[in-house]
Amino acid sequence: MKPRHKKLAFIITGVAGLAVIVALIMNAFRSNLVFFFTPTQVIAKEAPVDRTFRIGGLVEKGSLKRENDGLTVHFVVTDLKHDMNVTYKGILPDLFKEGKGVVAEGKLSPEGQFVASQVLAKHDENYMPPEVAAELKASKASKTKL
Amino acid sequence: MGKINWYKYASPASFYGLAGKLIPGFATLSVVLFIIGLYISFFVAPTDAQQGEAYRIIFIHVPAAWMSMFIYVVMAAYSGIGLAFNTRLSAMMASSLAPTGALFAAIALFTGSFWGKPMWGAWWVWDARLTSQLILFFLYVGYISLQAAIDDPRRSDRASALIALVGVVNVPIIYFSVKWWNTLHQGASISFTKAPTMAYTMVAGMLIMAAACWMYTIAVALYRVRIIILERERHSVWVSELMEKIK
Repeated sequence: MKPRHKKLAFIITGVAGLAVIVALIMNAFRSNLVFFFTPTQVIAKEAPVDRTFRIGGLVEKGSLKRENDGLTVHFVVTDLKHDMNVTYKGILPDLFKEGKGVVAEGKLSPEGQFVASQVLAKHDENYMPPEVAAELKASKASKTKL
Repeated sequence: MGKINWYKYASPASFYGLAGKLIPGFATLSVVLFIIGLYISFFVAPTDAQQGEAYRIIFIHVPAAWMSMFIYVVMAAYSGIGLAFNTRLSAMMASSLAPTGALFAAIALFTGSFWGKPMWGAWWVWDARLTSQLILFFLYVGYISLQAAIDDPRRSDRASALIALVGVVNVPIIYFSVKWWNTLHQGASISFTKAPTMAYTMVAGMLIMAAACWMYTIAVALYRVRIIILERERHSVWVSELMEKIK
Protein backbone atom coordinates (compact mmCIF):
# COMPACT_ATOMS: atom_id res chain seq x y z
CA MET A 1 0.00 0.00 0.00
CA LYS A 2 1.20 3.47 -0.84
CA PRO A 3 1.22 5.86 2.12
CA ARG A 4 -1.62 7.93 0.70
CA HIS A 5 -3.74 4.81 0.27
CA LYS A 6 -2.98 3.90 3.84
CA LYS A 7 -4.13 7.36 4.85
CA LEU A 8 -7.36 6.97 2.87
CA ALA A 9 -8.01 3.56 4.44
CA PHE A 10 -7.38 5.12 7.85
CA ILE A 11 -9.90 7.90 7.17
CA ILE A 12 -12.54 5.49 5.91
CA THR A 13 -12.13 3.14 8.89
CA GLY A 14 -12.18 6.17 11.17
CA VAL A 15 -15.51 7.44 9.82
CA ALA A 16 -16.97 3.91 9.82
CA GLY A 17 -15.84 3.36 13.41
CA LEU A 18 -17.34 6.68 14.44
CA ALA A 19 -20.62 5.71 12.76
CA VAL A 20 -20.73 2.49 14.78
CA ILE A 21 -20.07 4.39 18.02
CA VAL A 22 -22.81 6.90 17.26
CA ALA A 23 -25.20 4.08 16.34
CA LEU A 24 -24.55 2.39 19.68
CA ILE A 25 -25.05 5.64 21.60
CA MET A 26 -28.27 6.37 19.71
CA ASN A 27 -29.48 2.88 20.51
CA ALA A 28 -28.72 3.37 24.19
CA PHE A 29 -30.64 6.66 24.27
CA ARG A 30 -33.46 5.29 22.19
CA SER A 31 -36.22 6.00 24.69
CA ASN A 32 -34.96 9.53 25.37
CA LEU A 33 -35.08 10.42 21.70
CA VAL A 34 -38.74 9.54 21.41
CA PHE A 35 -40.86 12.61 20.84
CA PHE A 36 -44.09 11.03 22.04
CA PHE A 37 -45.48 7.86 23.59
CA THR A 38 -48.41 5.88 22.27
CA PRO A 39 -51.39 5.11 24.56
CA THR A 40 -50.25 1.46 24.57
CA GLN A 41 -46.84 2.51 25.92
CA VAL A 42 -48.49 4.69 28.58
CA ILE A 43 -50.67 1.81 29.75
CA ALA A 44 -47.61 -0.46 29.77
CA LYS A 45 -46.02 2.19 32.06
CA GLU A 46 -43.19 2.91 29.65
CA ALA A 47 -43.89 6.63 29.76
CA PRO A 48 -42.49 8.86 32.54
CA VAL A 49 -45.86 9.29 34.23
CA ASP A 50 -44.59 11.41 37.14
CA ARG A 51 -43.57 14.31 34.92
CA THR A 52 -44.68 16.07 31.75
CA PHE A 53 -44.57 13.92 28.63
CA ARG A 54 -46.21 13.74 25.22
CA ILE A 55 -48.66 11.24 23.87
CA GLY A 56 -49.31 10.72 20.19
CA GLY A 57 -51.82 8.88 18.05
CA LEU A 58 -54.97 9.45 16.09
CA VAL A 59 -57.92 11.51 17.29
CA GLU A 60 -60.75 9.01 17.55
CA LYS A 61 -63.64 9.78 15.22
CA GLY A 62 -66.64 11.26 16.98
CA SER A 63 -64.77 11.73 20.25
CA LEU A 64 -64.23 15.51 20.07
CA LYS A 65 -66.44 17.40 22.54
CA ARG A 66 -66.37 21.10 23.32
CA GLU A 67 -67.40 22.55 26.65
CA ASN A 68 -69.64 25.59 26.83
CA ASP A 69 -66.74 27.99 27.41
CA GLY A 70 -65.69 27.24 23.80
CA LEU A 71 -62.08 26.66 24.76
CA THR A 72 -61.98 23.43 26.74
CA VAL A 73 -62.06 20.34 24.55
CA HIS A 74 -62.17 16.64 25.28
CA PHE A 75 -61.06 14.02 22.82
CA VAL A 76 -59.74 10.48 22.72
CA VAL A 77 -56.26 9.63 21.39
CA THR A 78 -55.98 6.11 20.06
CA ASP A 79 -53.24 3.97 18.53
CA LEU A 80 -55.97 1.54 17.41
CA LYS A 81 -55.08 -0.78 20.31
CA HIS A 82 -55.60 1.40 23.36
CA ASP A 83 -57.34 4.71 23.99
CA MET A 84 -56.59 7.66 26.21
CA ASN A 85 -58.89 10.52 27.24
CA VAL A 86 -57.39 13.96 26.77
CA THR A 87 -58.55 17.30 28.13
CA TYR A 88 -57.17 20.54 26.70
CA LYS A 89 -57.93 24.21 27.17
CA GLY A 90 -56.75 26.38 24.32
CA ILE A 91 -56.76 26.89 20.57
CA LEU A 92 -56.38 23.80 18.44
CA PRO A 93 -54.07 23.92 15.39
CA ASP A 94 -55.56 24.09 11.87
CA LEU A 95 -54.72 20.51 11.01
CA PHE A 96 -56.37 19.12 14.13
CA LYS A 97 -59.11 16.80 12.91
CA GLU A 98 -60.88 13.65 13.97
CA GLY A 99 -59.18 10.62 12.42
CA LYS A 100 -55.88 12.52 11.98
CA GLY A 101 -52.61 12.42 13.87
CA VAL A 102 -52.07 14.44 17.03
CA VAL A 103 -49.37 14.94 19.64
CA ALA A 104 -50.38 16.31 23.06
CA GLU A 105 -48.02 17.44 25.81
CA GLY A 106 -49.13 17.33 29.42
CA LYS A 107 -49.55 15.23 32.53
CA LEU A 108 -51.59 12.26 33.59
CA SER A 109 -54.18 13.11 36.27
CA PRO A 110 -54.81 10.63 39.11
CA GLU A 111 -58.11 9.68 37.43
CA GLY A 112 -56.21 8.53 34.33
CA GLN A 113 -57.14 11.62 32.30
CA PHE A 114 -54.38 13.18 30.22
CA VAL A 115 -54.43 16.93 30.85
CA ALA A 116 -52.70 18.59 27.93
CA SER A 117 -50.94 21.93 28.08
CA GLN A 118 -50.14 21.94 24.35
CA VAL A 119 -51.71 20.17 21.39
CA LEU A 120 -49.82 19.74 18.12
CA ALA A 121 -51.26 18.34 14.91
CA LYS A 122 -49.15 15.67 13.27
CA HIS A 123 -49.33 15.75 9.53
CA ASP A 124 -48.93 12.63 7.39
CA GLU A 125 -46.80 12.32 4.26
CA ASN A 126 -49.78 12.37 1.87
CA TYR A 127 -50.25 15.40 -0.32
CA MET A 128 -53.15 15.48 -2.78
CA PRO A 129 -55.64 17.87 -4.36
CA PRO A 130 -59.11 18.08 -2.73
CA GLU A 131 -60.81 16.32 -5.67
CA VAL A 132 -58.55 13.28 -5.31
CA ALA A 133 -59.13 13.22 -1.56
CA ALA A 134 -62.91 13.28 -2.14
CA GLU A 135 -62.65 10.46 -4.69
CA LEU A 136 -60.52 8.42 -2.32
CA LYS A 137 -63.07 8.91 0.44
CA ALA A 138 -65.92 7.92 -1.87
CA SER A 139 -64.18 4.76 -3.08
CA LYS A 140 -63.32 3.80 0.50
CA ALA A 141 -66.93 4.37 1.58
CA SER A 142 -68.26 2.21 -1.27
CA LYS A 143 -65.80 -0.53 -0.35
CA THR A 144 -66.91 -0.58 3.28
CA LYS A 145 -70.53 -0.76 2.14
CA LEU A 146 -69.77 -3.88 0.12
CA MET B 1 -9.87 14.31 -30.00
CA GLY B 2 -7.59 12.56 -27.58
CA LYS B 3 -8.29 11.29 -24.11
CA ILE B 4 -9.03 14.04 -21.64
CA ASN B 5 -6.36 14.32 -19.02
CA TRP B 6 -8.45 14.66 -15.84
CA TYR B 7 -5.41 15.10 -13.64
CA LYS B 8 -4.75 18.33 -15.44
CA TYR B 9 -7.89 19.80 -13.85
CA ALA B 10 -6.75 18.80 -10.37
CA SER B 11 -4.31 21.69 -10.63
CA PRO B 12 -5.86 24.94 -9.40
CA ALA B 13 -4.41 26.93 -12.31
CA SER B 14 -6.16 24.95 -15.04
CA PHE B 15 -9.32 24.41 -12.98
CA TYR B 16 -9.58 28.18 -12.61
CA GLY B 17 -10.04 28.46 -16.37
CA LEU B 18 -12.39 25.45 -16.63
CA ALA B 19 -14.61 26.73 -13.80
CA GLY B 20 -14.83 30.11 -15.52
CA LYS B 21 -16.12 28.45 -18.67
CA LEU B 22 -18.65 26.28 -16.80
CA ILE B 23 -20.27 28.96 -14.61
CA PRO B 24 -22.46 30.69 -17.25
CA GLY B 25 -24.00 27.36 -18.33
CA PHE B 26 -24.93 26.27 -14.82
CA ALA B 27 -26.14 29.75 -13.89
CA THR B 28 -28.43 29.96 -16.93
CA LEU B 29 -29.78 26.45 -16.32
CA SER B 30 -30.48 27.36 -12.72
CA VAL B 31 -32.42 30.53 -13.65
CA VAL B 32 -34.48 28.68 -16.29
CA LEU B 33 -35.27 25.83 -13.89
CA PHE B 34 -36.18 28.25 -11.08
CA ILE B 35 -38.64 30.04 -13.38
CA ILE B 36 -40.27 26.77 -14.49
CA GLY B 37 -40.20 25.36 -10.97
CA LEU B 38 -41.72 28.45 -9.35
CA TYR B 39 -44.39 28.66 -12.05
CA ILE B 40 -45.43 25.05 -11.38
CA SER B 41 -45.24 25.59 -7.62
CA PHE B 42 -47.52 28.61 -7.59
CA PHE B 43 -49.85 28.17 -10.56
CA VAL B 44 -49.93 24.56 -11.76
CA ALA B 45 -49.70 22.41 -8.64
CA PRO B 46 -53.13 21.89 -7.04
CA THR B 47 -54.18 23.00 -3.56
CA ASP B 48 -53.68 20.35 -0.91
CA ALA B 49 -56.77 18.66 0.51
CA GLN B 50 -55.76 19.11 4.15
CA GLN B 51 -53.33 22.01 4.30
CA GLY B 52 -54.74 24.30 1.64
CA GLU B 53 -52.18 26.71 0.21
CA ALA B 54 -49.75 26.50 3.12
CA TYR B 55 -48.33 23.25 1.81
CA ARG B 56 -46.62 25.17 -1.02
CA ILE B 57 -43.72 25.73 1.38
CA ILE B 58 -42.52 22.24 0.41
CA PHE B 59 -41.40 23.52 -2.99
CA ILE B 60 -38.55 25.33 -1.28
CA HIS B 61 -38.41 23.52 2.07
CA VAL B 62 -37.79 20.00 0.74
CA PRO B 63 -35.24 20.90 -1.99
CA ALA B 64 -33.36 23.07 0.53
CA ALA B 65 -33.29 20.25 3.08
CA TRP B 66 -32.13 17.76 0.45
CA MET B 67 -29.39 20.10 -0.74
CA SER B 68 -28.18 20.83 2.79
CA MET B 69 -27.66 17.11 3.40
CA PHE B 70 -26.22 16.35 -0.04
CA ILE B 71 -23.78 19.27 0.01
CA TYR B 72 -22.50 18.13 3.39
CA VAL B 73 -21.75 14.65 2.02
CA VAL B 74 -19.94 16.14 -0.99
CA MET B 75 -18.03 18.50 1.30
CA ALA B 76 -16.98 15.57 3.50
CA ALA B 77 -15.89 13.56 0.45
CA TYR B 78 -13.76 16.46 -0.83
CA SER B 79 -12.30 16.90 2.65
CA GLY B 80 -11.47 13.20 2.89
CA ILE B 81 -9.78 13.19 -0.51
CA GLY B 82 -7.87 16.34 0.37
CA LEU B 83 -6.73 14.81 3.65
CA ALA B 84 -5.66 11.52 2.09
CA PHE B 85 -4.03 12.69 -1.13
CA ASN B 86 -2.95 16.19 -0.10
CA THR B 87 -4.62 17.70 -3.15
CA ARG B 88 -4.99 21.44 -2.85
CA LEU B 89 -8.06 21.79 -5.04
CA SER B 90 -10.31 19.36 -3.14
CA ALA B 91 -9.86 21.31 0.08
CA MET B 92 -10.72 24.51 -1.79
CA MET B 93 -13.84 22.88 -3.25
CA ALA B 94 -14.91 21.74 0.21
CA SER B 95 -14.61 25.23 1.65
CA SER B 96 -16.36 26.78 -1.35
CA LEU B 97 -19.40 24.53 -0.76
CA ALA B 98 -19.79 25.24 2.95
CA PRO B 99 -21.56 28.65 2.83
CA THR B 100 -24.13 27.39 0.31
CA GLY B 101 -24.78 24.32 2.45
CA ALA B 102 -25.27 26.50 5.51
CA LEU B 103 -27.64 28.72 3.53
CA PHE B 104 -29.80 25.76 2.48
CA ALA B 105 -29.82 24.34 6.02
CA ALA B 106 -31.00 27.72 7.31
CA ILE B 107 -33.68 27.97 4.60
CA ALA B 108 -34.96 24.49 5.49
CA LEU B 109 -35.16 25.43 9.18
CA PHE B 110 -36.82 28.80 8.59
CA THR B 111 -39.41 27.67 6.06
CA GLY B 112 -40.21 24.65 8.21
CA SER B 113 -40.78 26.91 11.18
CA PHE B 114 -43.17 29.15 9.23
CA TRP B 115 -45.13 26.08 8.15
CA GLY B 116 -45.01 24.52 11.60
CA LYS B 117 -46.79 27.37 13.38
CA PRO B 118 -50.08 27.20 11.44
CA MET B 119 -50.00 23.44 10.75
CA TRP B 120 -48.60 21.82 13.87
CA GLY B 121 -49.31 24.68 16.23
CA ALA B 122 -45.66 25.31 17.16
CA TRP B 123 -42.74 27.22 15.64
CA TRP B 124 -40.27 24.70 16.92
CA VAL B 125 -40.27 21.33 18.66
CA TRP B 126 -37.29 19.31 19.82
CA ASP B 127 -38.03 16.19 17.84
CA ALA B 128 -35.29 14.05 16.28
CA ARG B 129 -35.68 15.42 12.73
CA LEU B 130 -35.64 19.09 13.66
CA THR B 131 -32.84 18.72 16.18
CA SER B 132 -30.55 16.78 13.85
CA GLN B 133 -31.14 19.34 11.09
CA LEU B 134 -30.24 22.13 13.52
CA ILE B 135 -27.03 20.22 14.35
CA LEU B 136 -26.26 20.08 10.63
CA PHE B 137 -26.57 23.87 10.46
CA PHE B 138 -24.22 24.21 13.44
CA LEU B 139 -21.74 21.83 11.78
CA TYR B 140 -21.66 24.08 8.72
CA VAL B 141 -21.17 27.15 10.90
CA GLY B 142 -18.44 25.35 12.85
CA TYR B 143 -16.70 24.32 9.64
CA ILE B 144 -16.76 27.89 8.28
CA SER B 145 -15.59 29.49 11.52
CA LEU B 146 -12.79 26.99 12.08
CA GLN B 147 -11.55 27.56 8.55
CA ALA B 148 -11.59 31.29 9.16
CA ALA B 149 -9.93 31.03 12.57
CA ILE B 150 -6.69 29.44 11.37
CA ASP B 151 -4.49 31.56 9.13
CA ASP B 152 -2.33 28.88 7.55
CA PRO B 153 -4.56 27.37 4.80
CA ARG B 154 -2.93 23.92 5.02
CA ARG B 155 -3.61 23.66 8.73
CA SER B 156 -7.10 25.15 8.51
CA ASP B 157 -7.94 22.66 5.75
CA ARG B 158 -6.88 19.72 7.87
CA ALA B 159 -8.73 20.95 10.97
CA SER B 160 -11.97 21.70 9.14
CA ALA B 161 -11.74 18.43 7.20
CA LEU B 162 -12.00 16.69 10.54
CA ILE B 163 -15.29 18.50 11.34
CA ALA B 164 -16.62 17.61 7.89
CA LEU B 165 -15.75 13.93 8.27
CA VAL B 166 -16.98 13.57 11.84
CA GLY B 167 -20.19 15.45 11.08
CA VAL B 168 -21.07 13.34 8.07
CA VAL B 169 -22.38 10.72 10.51
CA ASN B 170 -25.23 13.15 11.23
CA VAL B 171 -26.58 13.03 7.65
CA PRO B 172 -28.08 9.50 7.75
CA ILE B 173 -29.44 10.35 11.20
CA ILE B 174 -31.37 13.29 9.72
CA TYR B 175 -32.63 11.19 6.83
CA PHE B 176 -33.79 8.20 8.85
CA SER B 177 -34.84 10.08 12.02
CA VAL B 178 -38.50 10.01 10.98
CA LYS B 179 -38.33 6.23 10.61
CA TRP B 180 -36.28 5.37 13.68
CA TRP B 181 -38.16 7.43 16.24
CA ASN B 182 -41.60 8.84 16.86
CA THR B 183 -41.26 12.37 15.54
CA LEU B 184 -43.70 15.20 14.97
CA HIS B 185 -42.19 15.71 11.53
CA GLN B 186 -43.94 13.56 8.93
CA GLY B 187 -42.20 10.76 7.07
CA ALA B 188 -40.75 11.09 3.59
CA SER B 189 -43.28 11.54 0.78
CA ILE B 190 -40.67 10.66 -1.81
CA SER B 191 -38.15 7.90 -1.23
CA PHE B 192 -36.07 5.39 -3.13
CA THR B 193 -38.11 2.43 -1.99
CA LYS B 194 -41.74 3.31 -2.63
CA ALA B 195 -43.96 5.30 -4.97
CA PRO B 196 -44.40 8.97 -4.00
CA THR B 197 -47.40 9.69 -1.79
CA MET B 198 -48.01 13.01 -3.49
CA ALA B 199 -49.96 14.23 -6.49
CA TYR B 200 -47.92 14.03 -9.69
CA THR B 201 -47.66 17.78 -10.39
CA MET B 202 -46.54 18.40 -6.81
CA VAL B 203 -43.70 15.90 -7.23
CA ALA B 204 -42.75 17.44 -10.57
CA GLY B 205 -42.63 20.95 -9.08
CA MET B 206 -40.50 19.78 -6.19
CA LEU B 207 -38.03 17.88 -8.39
CA ILE B 208 -37.60 20.82 -10.78
CA MET B 209 -37.01 23.14 -7.84
CA ALA B 210 -34.45 20.65 -6.49
CA ALA B 211 -32.68 20.58 -9.87
CA ALA B 212 -32.67 24.39 -9.91
CA CYS B 213 -31.11 24.48 -6.44
CA TRP B 214 -28.55 21.94 -7.60
CA MET B 215 -27.50 24.03 -10.61
CA TYR B 216 -27.40 27.14 -8.42
CA THR B 217 -25.13 25.33 -5.97
CA ILE B 218 -22.69 24.26 -8.70
CA ALA B 219 -22.56 27.74 -10.23
CA VAL B 220 -22.04 29.48 -6.88
CA ALA B 221 -19.49 26.93 -5.65
CA LEU B 222 -17.45 27.28 -8.84
CA TYR B 223 -17.62 31.06 -8.59
CA ARG B 224 -16.47 30.93 -4.99
CA VAL B 225 -13.70 28.40 -5.66
CA ARG B 226 -12.23 30.71 -8.32
CA ILE B 227 -11.88 33.43 -5.72
CA ILE B 228 -10.36 30.99 -3.22
CA ILE B 229 -7.88 29.79 -5.88
CA LEU B 230 -6.80 33.36 -6.65
CA GLU B 231 -6.45 34.19 -2.99
CA ARG B 232 -4.38 31.13 -2.14
CA GLU B 233 -2.21 31.16 -5.25
CA ARG B 234 -1.66 34.90 -5.22
CA HIS B 235 2.12 34.47 -5.02
CA SER B 236 2.30 32.15 -8.03
CA VAL B 237 3.44 33.26 -11.46
CA TRP B 238 0.20 32.51 -13.29
CA VAL B 239 -1.90 34.62 -10.96
CA SER B 240 0.40 37.64 -11.26
CA GLU B 241 0.37 37.23 -15.04
CA LEU B 242 -3.44 37.12 -14.95
CA MET B 243 -3.55 40.24 -12.80
CA GLU B 244 -1.21 42.01 -15.24
CA LYS B 245 -3.61 41.16 -18.07
CA ILE B 246 -6.62 42.52 -16.18
CA LYS B 247 -4.79 45.78 -15.49
